[in-house]
Order: sequence, then structure tokens, then C-alpha cells
Amino acid sequence: MTTTVRNALIKTPVWIACLFPLALLYYQFRTNDLTANPIEYLTHNTGDWALRLLLLSLVITPLRRFGYPSLIRFRRLLGLFAFFYVCLHFAIWAWLDRGLEFQEMWDDILKRRFITVGMLGLLLMVPLAITSTKGWIRRLGKNWQRLHRLAYVSALAGVIHYYWLVKSDIRLPAMYGAILLVLMAARWLKKP
Amino acid sequence: MLIKTASDIRSSEITPKSLYLNRRRLLAGAGGLLLAQSAFAAKIANVKKSPLSTTEAITPVGDATSYNNFYELGTSKAAPAQNAARLKTQNWKVKVEGACNKPMTFDMDGLMKLGAMEERIYRMRCVEAWSIVVPWIGYSLSNLLKAVEPTAKAKYVSFETFYDPGSMLSSAAGGIEFPYREGLRLDEAMHPLALLTFGMYGETLPNQNGAPVRLIVPWKYGFKGIKSINKIRLVEKEPSSTWKMSNPSEYGFYSNVNPQVDHPRWSQGSERRLGEFSRRKTLMFNGYADQVASLYAGMDLKKNY
Repeated sequence: MTTTVRNALIKTPVWIACLFPLALLYYQFRTNDLTANPIEYLTHNTGDWALRLLLLSLVITPLRRFGYPSLIRFRRLLGLFAFFYVCLHFAIWAWLDRGLEFQEMWDDILKRRFITVGMLGLLLMVPLAITSTKGWIRRLGKNWQRLHRLAYVSALAGVIHYYWLVKSDIRLPAMYGAILLVLMAARWLKKP
Repeated sequence: MLIKTASDIRSSEITPKSLYLNRRRLLAGAGGLLLAQSAFAAKIANVKKSPLSTTEAITPVGDATSYNNFYELGTSKAAPAQNAARLKTQNWKVKVEGACNKPMTFDMDGLMKLGAMEERIYRMRCVEAWSIVVPWIGYSLSNLLKAVEPTAKAKYVSFETFYDPGSMLSSAAGGIEFPYREGLRLDEAMHPLALLTFGMYGETLPNQNGAPVRLIVPWKYGFKGIKSINKIRLVEKEPSSTWKMSNPSEYGFYSNVNPQVDHPRWSQGSERRLGEFSRRKTLMFNGYADQVASLYAGMDLKKNY
């Protein structure tokens, strides 16, 4: 078995796991089970998964240093799937929720701080997705690592986006925020 | 169950019961919901149709009873139906007190006899920019207020939701203070559209919709329609209300539906009617301007939001 094939096989379960939320949404769509407000449900669900996967990709970094170095091979995949769900999240908002009314969308982005910071989080992920290839890693050298620390900023933007969205029950965004804090502490305090 | 409808609604606009009960979400997603409905729902007899009803298409009962804001039973939309059994409505009492000549504590039988039951099909607009159309059953709140005879001192009415910290969400978890409180100016409360509500879709209210008695004020955002009321007080000064207490810059005492007063989270210019794909324009006073605008003559509604 070539290394390429073996790598592909190892990653298959991660692909399946990452596509599972999307498959579930499709199933719920086909069985008319997307709640009484399907557009809101789709928006929240894809946003949740974008944040979860982004945090999961950031978990890899400290785990690598705490004895699981081989997990690094999944980090890019998780990061790209986080980007995939954030793009879905944005597309559902823009197309299904706002009906591609660009002027209204732009007004919303400027006026509603939770959308402003959410947009920021998405935009920060664009250069990271583009430069996730082997070619770009080689070309950027040491700068690649510096650039990809933006993933923490993007995750922070995602947590704030969620925190500013909820009306009063802040338990879930607070939990994601706490996880992010622990990850940042693990990243910077334990520097060898 | 008979769904009573205004004669001007085409029967084709109403989802037949067989169809909405077949919906998978009722069967699989919320098994507890069916249970809760069958355990508590009872038909309300002798209900008259009201000329105050809208002719718009009614929201399917499954949507109106599975997508709720009732934070004491959980802060997600699905939670109130799932946790409906935590609200105990047996031996319910409603205490009416304060600036009135005849303060009284009612049991449900006594309370339901104070006015003739009417079915009123109202639009409901949530501050979260979604809306529904529901056939409520009840009578004008003014019937109750007249029965207790407000004194000259009574300028406002305050309402409180039953709260049991043992079985319901804590204030800390919900992020708002319980018991839930709401209030109206006395003239708003006396307006015929303000409905003391006991049922919906021909039956008594399901717990997640505020059993056994709630308020419906169709020209205001949905959160003004306080659920599961057990205390009513006639007062001299503007009473506190839960969402205003939690975030006074976003929620005002009046909270009239007003597309011109923006909200930091949701554009109030448009709304999504549940079951519809495109947004529709939000109407001033939720389309009840003809009936209620005079209550606010001379008031700056941007300041008194």
C-alpha cells in the first residue's frame, strides 16, 4: 500500500464524521423535520458545527505536544471542514434568510455587531483555507505558522458572534469561550 | 377536536389535522409533546367566533406548539414542549389584587366564567422577527378587570408567571429574572383586543403555550403576552417587566410592534411567517393600527419603544 492510499484510508473516518452533520440536515430536510423555522435551524446548526470543528482543529495543536503527534495529520482537514460549514452558514444567511438583498445584508453587517464580528471571523479564515496546501506551506516557511495563528482570532470572533447573538442564556457561548481560553493557554504557556 | 374557523377563511387554507399529526416531527422528534397535549388538552365548549379575527391562513398547530419561547421550561425553541410536564397546572389559582375594590383569588372554573368564550384568530409577531397566526380562545381582559373594580389609583396592570425553582430553569441559567413579569397601561389592558387566553385551536392551552391562562396582546411583540399567569396586580406606577429589566436598551415597556424602531439583533422591518419562505413586511402595530393607534396619540414611539 502506498503512503498516499494509507493516508487516505486513515482520514476516511474523519471525512465521514465531518460530513455527518450535513447528511443529518439533509435527512431532516427530506423528512420535514427542520423545526417550525427551518431557515433559522439551518443557520444555527451550520454555525454550531463551524465553531465546534474550528475548536477541534485547535485541540490538535496541544495534543500533539502532549503525546499524540500523529494527530497533526487531521488538523488541516478539520480546519477546512470548519471553513466549509462557515461558508454554508454564510450562504444560508445570505440566500435563504436575507434573499440576497445585498444592500440589506451590508446594512446588517455594519449595524449589527454580532454580524460584524461573525463576518470578521469568516474573512479571517479565507487566507487560512487558501494557504492550507503543501505548496503554500513551503512557500511561506516560518511565516505560515504566524499566519495560521489567525485561527485563534477567528475562533474568538466566532465565540463573540455567538455570545452577542443569544438573548440571555449565555451558557453555550460561555462554554465555547472557556474551551478556547484553555486552548490558548495550552498553546502559549507550554511553549518549549 | 373541532377547529373552529371564521367563515371567511377558506378551508383549503387550513392544515387538516390528519396532515399535521402525520408530521414526523410530532411522532419522532417530540414524543413528549404528543403526550403532553393528550394529557392536558380538553375541548373548550360554547366558543363564539369573533369579528376581530384575521382572515389570514392559520399556522399549523404542530408549529405553534413545538416552537416556543418559555424560558422557565428551557431556552431553546424545542425545550418548552419537551419539558412541558414540569409545569403543574392542577388547582391553579389566579390572585388579583392591588388598587381595586374587589380583590379576588380565582380558581380556573371561576375565572373562565367571567366572560363569554370567543375564538380570535390573531397575528402574533415575535421580537425575533418571526410570526404566526393562531386561533386563540378567551375573552377580553377587560371582563376580569371590571369584575375587580379598579380604583382611581389604578394606572397600570402588572402580571406574573408561576415559578417553581425546583422544577424550572434557574434565573442564572436562563439569564433573565424569574418569576417572569409583564405589564400594561390600564387603557391598553382595557382594550377589547387584549385577550385573556385559555385555549388555542379549539382546546385548552398546552403547557408550552402558557397553560392554563395567558395574555395575548396582538399589537405588541410576543413576549408581552405573559404565560401561565398566577398573579395580577393593579398599580399606580409603571411596573417592571422581565425583558426590560434584563436589557433596557433593547426591550421597552411598551414594545409595540413597530417596523421603524430597530433592534440591535433583529431587523424589525420584516418578518418570516412560519411556513413561508420569503420575508414579509412588518406592519405598524402588527396590522392593528386602526384599532389601537389612538392609545398612543401624541406619544413619541421611538422614545417609548
